[in-house]
Amino acid sequence: MGFDHGTLVWFSKSFGLFYLIGLSLLVVAYAYWPSNKKQFDRVAESIIRDEDKPWR
Amino acid sequence: MIGQLTIGERQFALVMLLALAVIGFAIAVAGRDDLLGGHGALVILVALAGIFAVIHGYYLPAPSEQRFERYYDDPTKVGIIVAMGWAVFGLFVGDWVAWLLVYPELTFDAGWSSFGRIRPVHTTSVIFGFGGNALIATSLYVLQRTSRARLPDQLSPWFVLFGYNLFCLLAVTGYMMGITQSKEYAEPEWYADIWLVIVWVVYFSIYLRTLARRKEPHIYVANWYYMAFILVVAILHIVNNLAVPVSLGHAKSYSSFSGVQDAMTQWWYGHNAVAFFLTAGFLGMMYYYLPKRANRPIFSYRLSIISFWGITFFYMWAGSHHLHYTALPHWVQTLGMTFSVMLLVPSWASAANALLTLNGAWDKVREDATLRFMMVAAVFYGLSTFEGSFMAIRSVNSLSHYTDWTVGHVHAGTLGWVAMITFGAIYASVPWLWKRESMYSARLVEVHFWLAVAGTIVYVFAMWNSGIIQGLMWRTYSESGTLAYSFVDSLVAMRPYYIARAVGGLLFLIGAVVGCYNIWMTIRTAPRTAGEAVSAKPDSVLVGTPALQPGE
Ligand code: HEM
Ligand code: HEM
Repeated sequence: MGFDHGTLVWFSKSFGLFYLIGLSLLVVAYAYWPSNKKQFDRVAESIIRDEDKPWR
Repeated sequence: MIGQLTIGERQFALVMLLALAVIGFAIAVAGRDDLLGGHGALVILVALAGIFAVIHGYYLPAPSEQRFERYYDDPTKVGIIVAMGWAVFGLFVGDWVAWLLVYPELTFDAGWSSFGRIRPVHTTSVIFGFGGNALIATSLYVLQRTSRARLPDQLSPWFVLFGYNLFCLLAVTGYMMGITQSKEYAEPEWYADIWLVIVWVVYFSIYLRTLARRKEPHIYVANWYYMAFILVVAILHIVNNLAVPVSLGHAKSYSSFSGVQDAMTQWWYGHNAVAFFLTAGFLGMMYYYLPKRANRPIFSYRLSIISFWGITFFYMWAGSHHLHYTALPHWVQTLGMTFSVMLLVPSWASAANALLTLNGAWDKVREDATLRFMMVAAVFYGLSTFEGSFMAIRSVNSLSHYTDWTVGHVHAGTLGWVAMITFGAIYASVPWLWKRESMYSARLVEVHFWLAVAGTIVYVFAMWNSGIIQGLMWRTYSESGTLAYSFVDSLVAMRPYYIARAVGGLLFLIGAVVGCYNIWMTIRTAPRTAGEAVSAKPDSVLVGTPALQPGE
């Protein structure tokens, strides 16, 4: 048993596929989580009207 | 500049520069029988110049406590000027290379000016010199504004800027001497590579330390892109440059990879350099400057998050499309091709997000050439990613590979997207940074805009034509089954397009020179009276938007 080509191919074709699908689902869930919306809107707005000074 | 550093920082700067001079000396001695010795001498010279600069300002009064009430923008200002300097140099060399392909005698019989040497001088100067400095400068600006925090100290940004440009200088002078690793976009040799790693780690640490003191808990999306750029470029750079030098006194090194693994590592690096250097960093720029300049929040913040992760996940796997029909296993090529096609989705999501942000502000786009630079950049981003996804399909690649179509794709991306968004960001920042109402001349921004657009279109169309003609000539067979055209026939057919490309490049270059003049005049005519008092004035007064009050 070694870290040979076959192992690598098996790993990419199994785990490699599913972890990407899993991550994608997580990202979409995060972006569309209803309670996150307020924060996103605030942040998007905040750069437009930034005061040009550090806050502390 | 030096006056802004605390006494302790000035001392530390001197110590570091002395250490650099010693390192330079060691390199010069160890490499005295090799080209490396020349680079040692260069390092000593640069370190000495730095030492003189610090000593010159050493006895200036220490900066006042008031500095904590302002962002630290000096490195950004210098970074922008340096970026424009590299732009003019790199574009000039690019146009030289373009004319060289028309008139081969333009090397003037010197070794350093041969095609194989000045071509990487061009690519390094524009990508790393111009693009990299612009990214560093704008990222420090955006980082502070979006997290409402001042940079953690005043020395480390100078270290990054100075060290990074030393790297670029070593790279470019090295090629002309004949020092190269011969990996595209990773040509510098081992000692320059190690130096870049140190610089890059400091750069990332500035980011983390500033973010740690931010006001808003959520990190604005532009910073995610900038951080992905810094982090991934570090990983790519380290892995692809793993090499063993012949000896410590020798510039030459041998890669730890060989054969097809070397090729795959190189193009995993190469494509992700496109993704994280030429794309992610500049997307960070776009997500800040475009909404800011248009005075409208980004169309969909959610979409920007999804495209961020889409780009980071997918790009990693796309590199093998550079190695279609090679010894690389077939399934790896197919994997790269599939991911490249999927990549179109997050890419177009970003481009659409930018254009939809402008929807409803088209009157501003019409009047304001700076915003128009950014709009055109978004359009070219959409275009070049569509083209890239198409070229990644194996059967299409069999036509495009090795031809000027690739070069056309490259410059649609670099001229149309990278350079345009950068010019837009620079024209937006310069008045903000130097506290001016606007640029010295709006007309000249307009002139630059049209020169840049015309140059890009001429360049890209010339290369599309020449590339497709080339590709078709190479695969046309006569009735007896032999190739219908010789290679020289295809060269002759390309000549008019090469002339057109060189003319287009010249327009683009002239535009950049006009831009430099305009920036220079804006700075020179900036109100001189008591620099301190002026820069204490909040930007919002000048930009004309009401400042957000604390607790609002
Ligand atoms: C005045 C404008 C420019 C001109 C005239 C120009 C010209 C050229 C030429 C003649 C080549 C060599 C093509 C070949 O080997 O056949 C080249 C390659 C390249 N240039 Fe430019 N260039 C310009 C601007 C830029 C800019 C602004 C960037 C990046 C920000 C850039 C990035 C590149 C890259 C990455 C390559 C290598 C392409 C490849 O290997 O396929 N160029 N350029
Ligand atoms: C979805 C996005 C993209 C995809 C799928 C893509 C795909 C490709 C493909 C298939 C090639 C040709 C490889 C070959 O035949 O050797 C290529 C070359 C290249 N692309 Fe893209 N591209 C994308 C976006 C971009 C962007 C936005 C830029 C620049 C800002 C860019 C810069 C380059 C460069 C510099 C090369 C030349 C590499 C070399 O051979 O030296 N690409 N790209």
